[in-house]
Amino acid sequence: MIIRRPTDIRSSEITEEALYRDRRRFLTASGAIIGAAWSGISLAAPVPTTFPNLRKSPLSATEKVNSWQDATTYNNYYEFGTGKADPAHSAHTLVTTPWSIQVDGEVKRPRTVDVDTLMRWSAPEERIYRLRCVEAWSMVIPWVGLPLAPILKRLEPNSRAKYVEFTTLNDPKQMPGVRYPVLDWPYVEGLRMDEAMHPLTILAVGLYGKALPNQNGAPLRLIVPWKYGFKSIKSIVRIRFTEQAPATSWNKAAPNEYGFFANVNPAVDHPRWSQAKERRLGEFLKRETLPFNGYADQVAQLYRGMDLRKLY
Amino acid sequence: MAANSLSALKALLFLLCLLPAARLGWLAIEGGLGANPIEFVIRSLGTWTLVLLLATLSITPLRRLTGWNVLIRVRRLLGLFAFFYATLHFLAFFGLDQFFDLRAVIADIAKRPYITVGFTCFLLLIPLAVTSTNAMQRRLGGRRWQRLHRLIYVIAIGGVVHYWWLVKKDITQPLIYALVLGLLLGLRLWWRARPAAVISRRPA
Ligand code: HEM
Repeated sequence: MIIRRPTDIRSSEITEEALYRDRRRFLTASGAIIGAAWSGISLAAPVPTTFPNLRKSPLSATEKVNSWQDATTYNNYYEFGTGKADPAHSAHTLVTTPWSIQVDGEVKRPRTVDVDTLMRWSAPEERIYRLRCVEAWSMVIPWVGLPLAPILKRLEPNSRAKYVEFTTLNDPKQMPGVRYPVLDWPYVEGLRMDEAMHPLTILAVGLYGKALPNQNGAPLRLIVPWKYGFKSIKSIVRIRFTEQAPATSWNKAAPNEYGFFANVNPAVDHPRWSQAKERRLGEFLKRETLPFNGYADQVAQLYRGMDLRKLY
Repeated sequence: MAANSLSALKALLFLLCLLPAARLGWLAIEGGLGANPIEFVIRSLGTWTLVLLLATLSITPLRRLTGWNVLIRVRRLLGLFAFFYATLHFLAFFGLDQFFDLRAVIADIAKRPYITVGFTCFLLLIPLAVTSTNAMQRRLGGRRWQRLHRLIYVIAIGGVVHYWWLVKKDITQPLIYALVLGLLLGLRLWWRARPAAVISRRPA
């Protein structure tokens, strides 16, 4: 009989504890992985390991940033497990070089591009953004980001393109989590064209001036700071322009809980928990959640005339 | 079993049951609770509440399967520890997560089904803890006491439902607890339907 006795500590708890104890070893190891990626591979130029002298952006938040530790050990990346510590533990199996992104759908010319090309089209800059998870916690993270708008222009969508769909890698060999049907893999997210072209929207290639760790969605992920974190899709392998709104993963999984827009909105609760407040990691008291995660001045006009209670 | 070794067994179990709380205290001092310590603490305490509820419920089947009647003597200890962890779990939610914001807590209890269920389970545990002493058992009388303490079935089912409703998508964990609970309750139903098979194992 399988009875959990007090001696059977949950495996996920052990993982977490072990992980924290092994922080230093882990950091060294991930450094080594990044280092290996840097040295060996010539097929496509890898993302640099550091980004010195980054241009600061006026769009950056001025709040205190969270620690590297917070940002790289507390992740939702279900392709590597559903526990917050799972990705930091398992994502070392993700191979990020070479990496190419397939571009198709409503474009003049379908093709594949690599991260290096994207970086030439749109120079990396530091973007310090608030990140608000749908689970009511938040962080402030200094991303190394490529503004998305110039990239999308270079990809030449045609006049039928109304939306942009992004897809995450789906490889059970590299991603233990996709062996289980927690979500309908691959992970898919999407934006309306005007959202994608907004100056706040970036593709991140790093954080804290360093290359993106795998658990944060290396080598290339989306960041849309006024939306719940699940919109900011990780490890992108495909960008498709579409005429219809893409079917996005969490929306498909639970349409009454996760909408297509998923704008941060303290007035619309998740059916199972309140969205009025959030816990900024590292703080004890919860703070009020701001409409559009505090970016209302910049983005509210995108949604004028829409009933955001219905189109959550 | 000699009185001595029973006390030793109880003392051992007592210490074992304290381990999860001690571990949290240790991790808190050492800074090992991770990026979201409050969530870590609440979840850990919730998990151990459920584990101890299931451990309590496993005593009767274990006793029947093994014939070790001494097991019944440690059941109260396990049940009280379930209550202990439920109380800490609730206090962590009330004091750490909501920072004693009574209005917010009441709103959550009223509005969030998983909290409603969790809170109901916690309330139902109170009369069981209060009546757990020998004196109370005598005062209530065996039958009434037993009928009252059948509430633990409801509480354990509620605990699993609470867990099931709070996870975002991955139901693996609550499913495991549900299966264990199903087994523990299923055995009871099975034995009730076939009492003859059991009687022979009962001591005279
Ligand atoms: C017998 C009573 C209860 C049992 C068995 C129980 C059990 C659990 C379990 C197993 C978890 C999940 C742990 C995990 O994710 O690893 C949990 C989480 C939680 N419980 Fe309880 N619980 C009980 C009572 C309560 C009460 C009274 C409240 C509050 C009024 C409460 C509030 C919560 C909250 C807020 C969470 C965490 C949710 C999250 O992190 O998203 N529970 N509980």
